[in-house]
Amino acid sequence: MAEAGPTGQDGRVLVKLRNPTRELVVEGPLQVSVLLRRLELNREAVLVIRNDELVAGDTRLDDGDTVEIRPVISGGA
Amino acid sequence: MKCRSCRGPAVIDLPRHNANFCGEHLVAFCREQVRRAIAEFEMLEEGDRVLVAVSGGKDSLALWDILDHLGYETTGLYIGLGIGDYSEDSAEFVRHFARERGAELLEVDLASRHGYDIPGAAQRTKRTPCSACGLSKRHIFDREALAGGHAAVATGHNLDDEAAVLFGNVLRWQLDYLARQRPVLPARDGLPRKVKPLVRLTERETAAYCIVSGIDYQVEECPMSAGNKHIGYKEALNDIEATSPGSKADFYLSFQRRAVQHFEQLGATAREALRTCTSCGAPSPSDTCAFCRLESMAGQPVELRSERTAIGDHATTTTGTMDET
Repeated sequence: MAEAGPTGQDGRVLVKLRNPTRELVVEGPLQVSVLLRRLELNREAVLVIRNDELVAGDTRLDDGDTVEIRPVISGGA
Repeated sequence: MKCRSCRGPAVIDLPRHNANFCGEHLVAFCREQVRRAIAEFEMLEEGDRVLVAVSGGKDSLALWDILDHLGYETTGLYIGLGIGDYSEDSAEFVRHFARERGAELLEVDLASRHGYDIPGAAQRTKRTPCSACGLSKRHIFDREALAGGHAAVATGHNLDDEAAVLFGNVLRWQLDYLARQRPVLPARDGLPRKVKPLVRLTERETAAYCIVSGIDYQVEECPMSAGNKHIGYKEALNDIEATSPGSKADFYLSFQRRAVQHFEQLGATAREALRTCTSCGAPSPSDTCAFCRLESMAGQPVELRSERTAIGDHATTTTGTMDET
């Protein structure tokens, strides 16, 4: 995994994260669940979105894909 | 991964239900969970007029959408908290939602109506921002629900919210809080009925509902909630949930079904001590309620106003002019 360069995803999977907002590139193909494990993210706390559509944990991400990992934990209670 | 209902491609896996769903059946699942919560805890009756407290976030907009689909007559209530760009953005998400559906939206702006905003109130009163915010919201929800003749106020508290609060109350054995931690609080003595129809849905599920339903919501967190202890509780519970799916629901729903009644006698004692605020008339344990004290310390005199906007026909009328000073 590496920080995304200024020219974009460089043919690999571009991963957009929030809090703080940042981008990473990873080698594809890989499953969503594998990506979350590598990033040490709890699947209960995030959703993964590719091209404005939710994707499940067994979805394969390929080079050229852009995915958003969206946190779902809110602070108000 | 295939949808449990139609065997089509799934977009989400829900380990606690040992199920995966496509978008269409995720929506059906979420609506059914809300219907079951309302029925089990006797929150609402068919066709009730419900005031839905909306913030622009995933939970409250999902709630508004689901209650509409379940046939309730809803009005949204948005409170402008004055938290800079965050509040301006959140208001736009709510207005967009209402405009798309022709839904009725009531807006109350803290600064113009009460003369303070949340950052200023926190600074002047030494309360935490979340405390000043919660107190302000609860008071305004109650007042507007009663003024509008609504059967109940519905808030977007979800299973994660309620499990985190329960976790915190158990950590410190806050018996009086435990006694009151119900998903429905009946109307009484100047307070409207309050319901939490999302208590069977996690926030991952409400967020997913919004995404597959095309509901744009504010993803950014409130900048003033940093360090909120409930976020830490949620993370701890999610760690347990990851290895033992269903734990959060068991923790909260089993408390409701088997334990909360044992704490209720303490709650009854607290309720008997309530009297009437001499300033605004709301139920209060002291002569002046906490909201009026907050307003007095944090606020400045303002011209009072409240706007009720019928978005569908772009009409804006001023309806509320309650004097509280």
